[in-house]
Amino acid sequence: MEPSSAPSDPSSPAARALRTRLDARSKDLRRKILTMVEAGRRGHIPSALSPMEILRVLYDEVLRLDPRNPLWKDRDRCILSKGHGCLALYVLLAEKGFFPAEELLKYCKSDGILGGHPERGKVPGVEASTGSLGHGLSIGVGMAINARLEKADYRTFVILGDGEQNEGSVWEAAMVASKHRLNRLTVISDYNKRMTYDSTYVVQDLEPLAAKWSSFGFEVREVDGHDLEALRAAFRALPFHPEKPSQIICHTVKGKGIPVLEADPAWHHKPKISDADLLMLRDGLEAS
Amino acid sequence: MRKVALDMVYELAKKDPRVLFIGSDLGAGTLAKFKSEMPERFFMEGVSEANMIGMAAGLALEGKIPYLNTIATFMTRRCFDQIAIDLCLHNVNVRLLSSGGGVVYAPLGPTHLAVEDIAILRALPNMTIVAPADADEMRRLMLETLDYRGPIYVRIAKGNDPIVTHPEPPFRIGKAYVMKEGTDALLVTTGITLKRAMDAAAELEKGGVSTGIVHVPTIKPLDVATLLEAMARPRAVVTIEEHTILGGLGSAVAEVIAEAGFSPSKKFRRIGIPDAFPDKYGSQDSLMERYSITSREVVSTVTRLLRG
Repeated sequence: MEPSSAPSDPSSPAARALRTRLDARSKDLRRKILTMVEAGRRGHIPSALSPMEILRVLYDEVLRLDPRNPLWKDRDRCILSKGHGCLALYVLLAEKGFFPAEELLKYCKSDGILGGHPERGKVPGVEASTGSLGHGLSIGVGMAINARLEKADYRTFVILGDGEQNEGSVWEAAMVASKHRLNRLTVISDYNKRMTYDSTYVVQDLEPLAAKWSSFGFEVREVDGHDLEALRAAFRALPFHPEKPSQIICHTVKGKGIPVLEADPAWHHKPKISDADLLMLRDGLEAS
Repeated sequence: MRKVALDMVYELAKKDPRVLFIGSDLGAGTLAKFKSEMPERFFMEGVSEANMIGMAAGLALEGKIPYLNTIATFMTRRCFDQIAIDLCLHNVNVRLLSSGGGVVYAPLGPTHLAVEDIAILRALPNMTIVAPADADEMRRLMLETLDYRGPIYVRIAKGNDPIVTHPEPPFRIGKAYVMKEGTDALLVTTGITLKRAMDAAAELEKGGVSTGIVHVPTIKPLDVATLLEAMARPRAVVTIEEHTILGGLGSAVAEVIAEAGFSPSKKFRRIGIPDAFPDKYGSQDSLMERYSITSREVVSTVTRLLRG
């Protein structure tokens, strides 16, 4: 089954995501990711590039945060539930000043704090230790319920992968979020439509994804997840409904911005990345 | 015992606004008073244990102290990854009140028996595991749970178990209690098997065997010092648990003995459920009988060990 916004429709968010050009800052963030990869020689690189613009807009313009006080009680909570996309998160947290930029060069090293999946307590700014898929939304539900109990006005954002949505616990949490009418909870789906083995359509189709979330009680919008203006508009419109949690399905491209990563599924998780690999990735980024 | 545990959640919630209750589709009327007096802190969620654990972790990361209640086997086996990552890795103050630990639900069959809960949770860093012997001990334990750091698993027995514990010395999580001194044999128990050990010790004393008892309500962290001291002299040590002999109290004590450097003549046996799914229904007592978790078996095991 094709996605509801089928790429065959050129005006669909999914089709637009394939065409959207990256601006200078988006390219620069990707350069920084490649610097981390050069240091650690491994990583889930394509999975970090698909949510790059989502995270960029969130951390640049949406989230209320204080990097000098990472556990400030009034901060917005943002959980990267697809923890394997953490390269993108680390680059942004370092830029915002949650930890020194030199830490990026110790990615996956024994004397560093930045591992292949993010950990709360180790990495300032990380709200939950993720990596085992299907956990983040339940934790976010708890945080959103806490805001209501405390009459606090912070918001909670949870970024889910698409493969992650194969996990039953995601849908348990979705039901509970909707039951409690958590209108200050926003779920963001990084819908890049590619899992480890093959596409979501082959491994485990999620369609009709928007209808699923809608039927679970969420108010749903779909955007091109690389279009900064579209993302900004969606975040500005939150909450989409006064009594429902919101779901932004972001149509993205796995490996966005580096052609070989977009084309070759074998790059999903790569250890032992060579100098030649790095050269190819960098050339691809600069040429695209 | 479950009633006392839940009543205590109400008491704790009355005095501390951080306390919340989360149940998973429990019986009608559960904690009705809590619900009517503190509705915003009472959550009756659906049959979705994995989410319940994660949601509790999110609340605990924000400073709340959620007390969860559901059937022990669904609280543990079903959502082990959530317990490991959301609770233990984050080291949050969530309390898992698990009904029907052991073979309490004997008539309901193996899907409802929690006979490996202690073993699987014992492998998790930061987890604390407590199995009180009776309702009085449950009350004392619950008072200690409020300001204790990290996740706690509380194994709840059937209820109406005879009261065998004492208010003194005061209950502390992590402490083992010498219930009776003895020089020939030592019985080590957790949960409701304390009563069986007391009956067995009385019988053994009649035959001239000086038998001590150490009750270990907290299996993790284990009170190694008290155990080492109590085990130093007796020639035979027997553990008694309503749990598989793999990975529970018996295994924990065996690890202590193996590393203690005791004389090779010291004898040790584990009494518990063998490595098999229970294949009969009946009652808790009849299953305990089937697997020889009885005072009679304790007496004969000790007698055999001391003779050999």
